Amino acid sequence: MQDATAAALEVRDLDIAYRVRGRDRQVIRGLSFRIGRGETFGLVGESGCGKSTVALAVTRYLPNNGRVRAGGIRIAGEDALAMDAAALRRLRTRSISMVYQDPGRALNPSIRVGQQVAEVFEIAGVPASERMDRAEAMLERVRIVDAGRVMSRYPHQLSGGMLQRVVIAMALAVDPTLLILDEPTTALDATVEAEVLDLIETLRAEMGSSVLFIGHNLAVISRMCARVGVLYAGTLVEEGPTRDVFAGPRHPYTVGLLRCLPQAGLSKHKTRLDTIPGFLPTSLAGIRGCVFAERCGLAQDICRAEEPPLIPVSEGRLSRCHFHEQAPDLPRSTPPAPLANRQKTQAFRPVVRAAGIGKTFGSPTAPIYALRDISIEIWPGETLGLVGESGSGKTTLAKLLLGLTAPDPDGVIELNGQKLAPVATKRQPAELEALQIVFQNPDAALNRSQTIRRIISRPMRKLGGYRGGKLATKLTELMSHIRLAERYLPMRPRQLSGGLKQRVAIARAFAGDPRIVVCDEPTSALDVSVQAAILNLLADLQAEQGVSYLFVSHDLRVVRYISDRIAVLYLGRLMEIGPAEAVFLGPHHPYTESLMAASASEEAGGSLRLKGEIPSAMRPPSGCVFHTRCPRKIGAICEEQEPALIQREGDHAIRCHLERDQLGRADARP
Amino acid sequence: MRLYRAILYRLMLAVITLWLLSVIVFAGCQILPGDVGRAILGPFADARSVAALNHQLGVDRPLLVQYWSWITGMLHGNMGQSYTYRAPVAPFIGHALLNSLKLAGIAFVLVVPLGILGGVVAALRVNTWVDRTIVIAGLSATVVPEFVSGIVFIMVFSIWLRIFPLTATPPSHAGFFTTIYYLLMPSIPLFMILFGYIARMARAGMIEALTSDYTRTAVLKGLTYRQVIWRHVLRNALLPTITVIATQTGYLIGGLVVVETLFNYHGIGSLIFAAAKAKDFPMLAAGILVIGVVYVGANLIADLLYSALNPRISFGGRE
Repeated sequence: MQDATAAALEVRDLDIAYRVRGRDRQVIRGLSFRIGRGETFGLVGESGCGKSTVALAVTRYLPNNGRVRAGGIRIAGEDALAMDAAALRRLRTRSISMVYQDPGRALNPSIRVGQQVAEVFEIAGVPASERMDRAEAMLERVRIVDAGRVMSRYPHQLSGGMLQRVVIAMALAVDPTLLILDEPTTALDATVEAEVLDLIETLRAEMGSSVLFIGHNLAVISRMCARVGVLYAGTLVEEGPTRDVFAGPRHPYTVGLLRCLPQAGLSKHKTRLDTIPGFLPTSLAGIRGCVFAERCGLAQDICRAEEPPLIPVSEGRLSRCHFHEQAPDLPRSTPPAPLANRQKTQAFRPVVRAAGIGKTFGSPTAPIYALRDISIEIWPGETLGLVGESGSGKTTLAKLLLGLTAPDPDGVIELNGQKLAPVATKRQPAELEALQIVFQNPDAALNRSQTIRRIISRPMRKLGGYRGGKLATKLTELMSHIRLAERYLPMRPRQLSGGLKQRVAIARAFAGDPRIVVCDEPTSALDVSVQAAILNLLADLQAEQGVSYLFVSHDLRVVRYISDRIAVLYLGRLMEIGPAEAVFLGPHHPYTESLMAASASEEAGGSLRLKGEIPSAMRPPSGCVFHTRCPRKIGAICEEQEPALIQREGDHAIRCHLERDQLGRADARP
Repeated sequence: MRLYRAILYRLMLAVITLWLLSVIVFAGCQILPGDVGRAILGPFADARSVAALNHQLGVDRPLLVQYWSWITGMLHGNMGQSYTYRAPVAPFIGHALLNSLKLAGIAFVLVVPLGILGGVVAALRVNTWVDRTIVIAGLSATVVPEFVSGIVFIMVFSIWLRIFPLTATPPSHAGFFTTIYYLLMPSIPLFMILFGYIARMARAGMIEALTSDYTRTAVLKGLTYRQVIWRHVLRNALLPTITVIATQTGYLIGGLVVVETLFNYHGIGSLIFAAAKAKDFPMLAAGILVIGVVYVGANLIADLLYSALNPRISFGGRE
């Protein structure tokens, strides 16, 4: 029945709606695209644009209230929408496979991994005696070391990267015609992400599957896909070869999206990031013209009256814009000049100083060193970026500064030269006020049952002692600083978008005039356009108020943009600390070098790519903790002797046995 | 190795719980008003005989001594002498416990499978009339107190239709089926109370599992509906239900005062109730402690069962 010459996936005029409270809410409108045999196609867009809905529709797994109202989906020539249950099962068994965003949840928690992989072979009709062997072979094929042992593990016993390999093994076990990857690396560390992407690329090339790659990370898409479609509000606004689209976008939305990204070399001191003004339309029903017109700097009357068709702009490229030729000249929505630094006083002492702090978990007989002997200083008005993989101790360090966990007794933490109590409950209100935090996930950080007014004014009352009229004045002042309209005050968090919620979280942190704010991955849960606005806000607040940040993030581009200095952690050790540009340009620590190589935009990671996963803190490697994965390991000395953190030049310090001219640098990379 | 340590740890917790219970029960019996000898002999007995009886019963000794002799007696299986019957407590408790276990057993055997089945069916047909019927019926049944439903059943089935006997106590030397026949009607009110709970837990667990990512993975692998439900959904869905069932088991053993009284059945509930009315402290204390043992035991079993079925629970608590 399958037609070997037909396109792997053909989506035509697809129209999908969800039924919400008795009404159809359109989420996909007139979507058409085609993925040829062996082709890789990326569908990129921000949250809420409908990209996951497309994946669900293709696999015929729309939720009960979702409905394909019009259009067609053909997979390898077969009409997927017309299939009965048996045909659908056959399709899922043989023709399509999917890899999901969160591998930890995609696997059944109470069934052993081997059994779950073997199940795929069972469905495919492999005799019972061979299934387990085939499963093990498949796990080996996705480069799982010690596959036999992993077979008998339960999902919770494996790391995220490992789990995603297992899911990939299941997906590729049957050699599918179409492989759907729905944000497969979003939940993973950058180094693991790089490895997983490499793996997918290799296996795909070997098997010749076609790929539908769904994602929001432009760098990942551009690495993985030959062609890309940009989705906005359920509508395909631009399509073409990935390289061309990203190098010379022809739709204002794509242009805006790319400008939101902090490019290499940009910093908060040079330019503010551009953003996309406004919000995704809540309903497509009332829109007669272009879906993007409301937020577009180029929009004319015609844009609001008439929906543009997909216009061919050059060979293989389409843009749904009346003015696609002007798209590259889209005016900026934010002024490029950063705010003048109003508080440029010469500081004579750091706002926060930590000397020799560490954190040991576990029992005295089996200590787990989460953090060992860390000394850092954060100066007034500066941002210290903190990078490292999961498990490197970033969050632990942030918690120690905030007093959420007590450090080991011999360390000292000072605020403005005054020694701080180890735990927050013993600190003075003024000290609490001075040290604040913005969490990664504003949904979890804000109390859902309280109004925005209550959330923000509580710290003002509790810590600042503001009451009545003074409180109201202070609140108004703060809201204008945070660029948050006062009409949001009586609302509750769930009525706000992710970006607005993060603004509220920032307002809460700034309610008491803090001296230093710990930002724990504050933008990693946000879309790029929202991320840009939040980064601008943080930079503006810093310029206006002279506040310092400890900025924890795994996104190197963001860290580079926002930080004055950067500290690199690995297995609880400080490997490198120095001015942001010096750390990025090198000479830098081999670990920093590997982290940068893993950042997906750099295709030529090659030999520098980190292999394997971060070792367990329970049994840290001897000598230099990084020697087990180090691409520049010298020899025995690395295994036997831990190098000291040595000042190389200025205040750039590196913990490595290598001499300065033997260390890698960014410009020297092939 | 860790498994044994975990079991040991939980056993220890169970022992501590029971010890605390014994202290509370003992203290409670001391706080209850009245002089034991006076309570037994009545208001007209002379003070000398009251004092003599108190001495004979040992209630004039210091509290700690009394507690010690009581608790050590308990541990040796000597539950003391009943004030009312002037005979050892143990045989009474044993007999009543056996009766209660029979009644609870029948209710349990009826309600657990049917409750789970109801919840599962409701979840598989979520938001349809089947689902709503099960949920609403379960909830309505739960809120009807057992003395109301029990009286209605007695009126309808015993007095009016004469299908079931009035009492739950079978004639002596009754066979297995006769016993069940006698116990069937009293177990219905219990069934009604528990069905809603269990069905609701099972339904919630099922809905969560059905909408989970791993279920999506299973469906998209190409498994049949039946395979998805049996292999991937049920096991994860029913784990929380186990805990609910265990806590309800305690109720089934000890909380049956009303039903047992209503159906004139000599279970442990009615035994304690009578003991409390008669100020028969040894009987009361022993009865409560026995119920405590059953309750703690049920929870322990549920705990271990839950851990055994759920690989995510690492035995021994903390990582």
